[in-house]
This record gives sequence, C-alpha cells and structure tokens, in this order.
Amino acid sequence: MTQPALRQSVGSPFTRILAVGAARGDLVVTNDDIAGPIDSSDEWIRQRTGVITRTRASQTLSAADLATAAATEAITKAGISPSEVGAVIIATISNTVQTPSMAALVADRIGATPAAAYDISAACAGFCYGIAQADALVRSGAARYVVVVGAEKLSDIAKPTDRTISFLLGDGAGAVVIGPADEPGISSTVWGSDGGKWDSVGMDRPLREAFDDPEGEYPTLRQDGQTVFRWAVWEMAKVAQQALDDAGITSSDLAAFIPHQANMRIINEFAKQLAVPESVVIARDIETTGNTSAASVPLAMHRVLEEHPELSGGYALIIGFGAGLVYAAQIVRLP
Amino acid sequence: MAHSKDEVLAGLAALVNDETGVPVENVVFGKSFADDLDIDSISMMTIVVNAEEEFGVKIPDDKVSELVTVDDAVDYIVSAQS
Repeated sequence: MTQPALRQSVGSPFTRILAVGAARGDLVVTNDDIAGPIDSSDEWIRQRTGVITRTRASQTLSAADLATAAATEAITKAGISPSEVGAVIIATISNTVQTPSMAALVADRIGATPAAAYDISAACAGFCYGIAQADALVRSGAARYVVVVGAEKLSDIAKPTDRTISFLLGDGAGAVVIGPADEPGISSTVWGSDGGKWDSVGMDRPLREAFDDPEGEYPTLRQDGQTVFRWAVWEMAKVAQQALDDAGITSSDLAAFIPHQANMRIINEFAKQLAVPESVVIARDIETTGNTSAASVPLAMHRVLEEHPELSGGYALIIGFGAGLVYAAQIVRLP
Repeated sequence: MAHSKDEVLAGLAALVNDETGVPVENVVFGKSFADDLDIDSISMMTIVVNAEEEFGVKIPDDKVSELVTVDDAVDYIVSAQS
C-alpha cells in the first residue's frame, strides 16, 4: 500500500522587518525622583548608567496596553491588514500572570485573530529571539506575516530600595512586522545561553517563597552588576562579531548599531570593543527611556529611524542579552 | 614571562589611568580603589579585564570584589602569574 505524500509548507526564501512601532510609558521619571530610597543622587545615577530620565507607565497602563499600541503602529505602517498576521510573539518578563500569555490578549486586541500567539521568556534577549522565530516561521510558510513585540512594565517588579538594577528600569513596548522580502533582510541568528550564570541577574526570590511568606516582599529584579557587565561587553562583542561574519558584512557596512539598552557604560564599551566606525549611528535610547528589557531593541530602533530617517534600508546590528544568561544577534535591513 | 611586583604596579597604574584618568602617580600601594581613587565597580571590571590581557592571568568574577586595594590587585596578579 502506498501512502500519499504529505504536503509541507514552503514560505518565502527571504524575510525582512516591514515596519516598527513603539509605545513608551506615559510618565517621565527623573533620577531625583528615585534617588532617595537608594541614598543616591542624579549625578551618581548618570555617571554609572547614563540614564537621565526613564519612562514608566501609570498604574492603569499595562504592558499589554503598551504592546497593543506598538503593534498597531507597526501593522499600520506595514500596510497590511491585522487579519493577515499569522502569529503574534511577545517577549516579556513582566506579564501580570504566569498564564495565559500576553500575546493571546494582544492578538485579540489588534484584530489578529485567529493568529497563533505565545510569549517568550528570554528576558533582554527576548525580542531578538522573537526575530529568529518570526524569520523561521515566514521562511517555512507557517505564517506570512508575524508580529514580534517586546513589552515590559518593569516598574511592577522593581524595588525602590534596590541599588543593583531598579534605578535603570523603564516601561515600554516596541513591535515589528516580519514578512516576505525580495532580497535578504534578516541574517542568520547567532544565539545561545550560559546557564552557569543563571543567578547573576533575575528575580530575588521564587514565587513559591512569596506564597509561603505573605508578610514578605513580592519578588523583584536584582543583578550582580560586575559579572553581567563583563559578560555583556566582552562576551557579547564576540557574539556581535560572529553575527557580522555570518552575515558576510563588516561593521563599516552598518548604518546603525542597536544593542540592548542595558546601561550606557555597557553600550559605550561594547561599541569600543567592536570597533564600531564613527559613521555608524549607535542607539542610545537608554538616556531618556531607561532599560526596558525585551522592549529596548525595538524602542531604540524606532528612535533611530525617527531621528535618522535616511537610514531606512540600511543594515543594523541588533543584539539582545540578559537573564538566563541568554543572547541573540542578527543583522537586519532597517524598515 | 612573569612580571615583578613593581612592573605589575606600573602596568596597573597605566590601565587605571587609561580607564579613569587617575594620575599614575596616585596608584600606589596602600590606596583603596573605591575609597581613595574613586573608581566605581564598572570601571574596576574594565581595569580587571584589561589587566588579564596585559599580564596573561585570569581574575574570576568572584575574586574581583576581593581586590579592594592596589596591594590586593598587585599581589593577586603576581601570584596568578605563577
């Protein structure tokens, strides 16, 4: 007996980012606003982080609200109908519930039903993990268009008295639409993990402990700054170089360098180690947005294109890295 | 080739100067990186990574916090060479 052959999907040979959208928190929080509980100052925070202000969201504004706004802008700019979206992927560490996903809610809100929808837990690398997945989905034919969102309300999981990371954090969402292209627009992804540094950045206690200790504090973010700094600069510079090599280009071919907006000191040292030429625009959105984890790369990309619209069509090196530890980097053609 | 204590001090002082602008003559035994030289944790890590390359040694993350004074760093690098 002969079996009929299965049909397998075949997608577009090439993909690209069609459009980017952004939504930042509605509140501008200065260093003076947060310096008191950490016995610090505007000067101390600026010198160590480069952050002057960070955007945070009001109590009534959720990460899903920000994601909805960013995704709507990206879909509108892409010139597609929400009904053409085959998958919605949201990278986040600040969903308000462990299940269901933020993506299912946002897919419904933006009219992308019945698109596949799921969240990614890859912290500050989450958006670039999402780009890798969206690229694969479109090239395999599993979806024609994919919305990838990085969405965070980190102020929900920041402790005002924490001196390791909380003063860096902001709220926002950035979104892109990935779709078919006539020429290569997303390079192969260089990604990976280093679970040996699992506890160098993340939540300060498990949820279970908080359940068992109702008088205690809710879990919040913390980090070992020195360990993360060394890894984020010197290890990630190798990953970024590998992404350039795999794409078959050099840093002088770049229009922009858009790393995760972790800390201005990391961005500056990273650019130095990578020997990014002066002609390349380096995203420094952290100065007024803060570190928004999974949202930081698309937010920074959005700002780069607002401030330098002439870079549209040029190559950008994007790289996310964070809790896990996990990382992912690609070269993309800017929308 | 192993560096002498004085050579390590001179090399370390140059690295500190490169990263922070602190004059090399201020980087001497008895000084604390944080309290006397006003070097923050991020600059300290940059100096450590550059010192690893300069002197061909490994300084693990968990050792960095123990390098409080110039003496601590020089002694660690000298012993790590051997």
